[in-house]
Amino acid sequence: MTNATEVAMQAASAGEDKQSLVNAAPATAIRPLVDIFETADGITLQADMPGVSKDGLNLRVDGANLLVEGTIGIVPEKQMSPLYADIRSTVYRRSFVLGNELETGNIDADLKDGILTVRIPKRPELRPRRIEVRS
Amino acid sequence: MFGSVYSESPLLAQFRRLEEELDEVFGSATPWTGGIRSLPPGAFPAINVGSTEDNVTVYLFAPGIDAKRLNISIQQNLLTVSGERELARDEDATYYRQERFGGEFRRVISLPDDVDPDRVDATYRDGIVQISVRRRESAKPRQIAIR
Repeated sequence: MTNATEVAMQAASAGEDKQSLVNAAPATAIRPLVDIFETADGITLQADMPGVSKDGLNLRVDGANLLVEGTIGIVPEKQMSPLYADIRSTVYRRSFVLGNELETGNIDADLKDGILTVRIPKRPELRPRRIEVRS
Repeated sequence: MFGSVYSESPLLAQFRRLEEELDEVFGSATPWTGGIRSLPPGAFPAINVGSTEDNVTVYLFAPGIDAKRLNISIQQNLLTVSGERELARDEDATYYRQERFGGEFRRVISLPDDVDPDRVDATYRDGIVQISVRRRESAKPRQIAIR
């Protein structure tokens, strides 16, 4: 006979639930919301990617495709069980098609407080010129 | 008999049915999705809430805000977070997409009843506000010995 004299009385929520806060199927990525605007010098893209740090960011140009990808680096405690989740993935992913007039080799990116800013310059010879009308 | 009332395409109808089924599975009448203070899906900022034995943690996905100007208050188990997100718009630029939220926001989150409003801790990193509220000792699961 065992001398187990203690019985654990645990709330159901504190039981076997070891899943992470955002553990939905890893294949489903969040589509980050973006602002895209054009100036005379180029096109700027701003993407909301909260939780992504520089290490978790993956920015890639493949031909005319710009891929923006990031992983949320803030990981909840192991034993945390989710009560509610608007965000059900840890990965952001969205891609854009760039035009020929853009200088894809000269892209500048900056990430601050979860906002990614990507500046894509236009080729100098293709920047708009104002054409004077001679009278 | 009701067929004529719903004249939408079969595909749309199927999506609607899927939505209703998902609501049923995930519970549309939870305090989160059906609470009287809940916001429609897609509201800024998105929130995740998780709990451990010791605390309840709220994650607000709020990139680019000034954390010092964020108002966080708690009354009993009602957590209120409000603030403003200023988006600098370039007046001379041509905008193609403006999907990001700008302006004032406010979210009221009803936490479980056993949280201690005197023990709240908030941090801001990489665009995520993390608010941890301790749970009361009495609410933790306890080992009960049989005498």
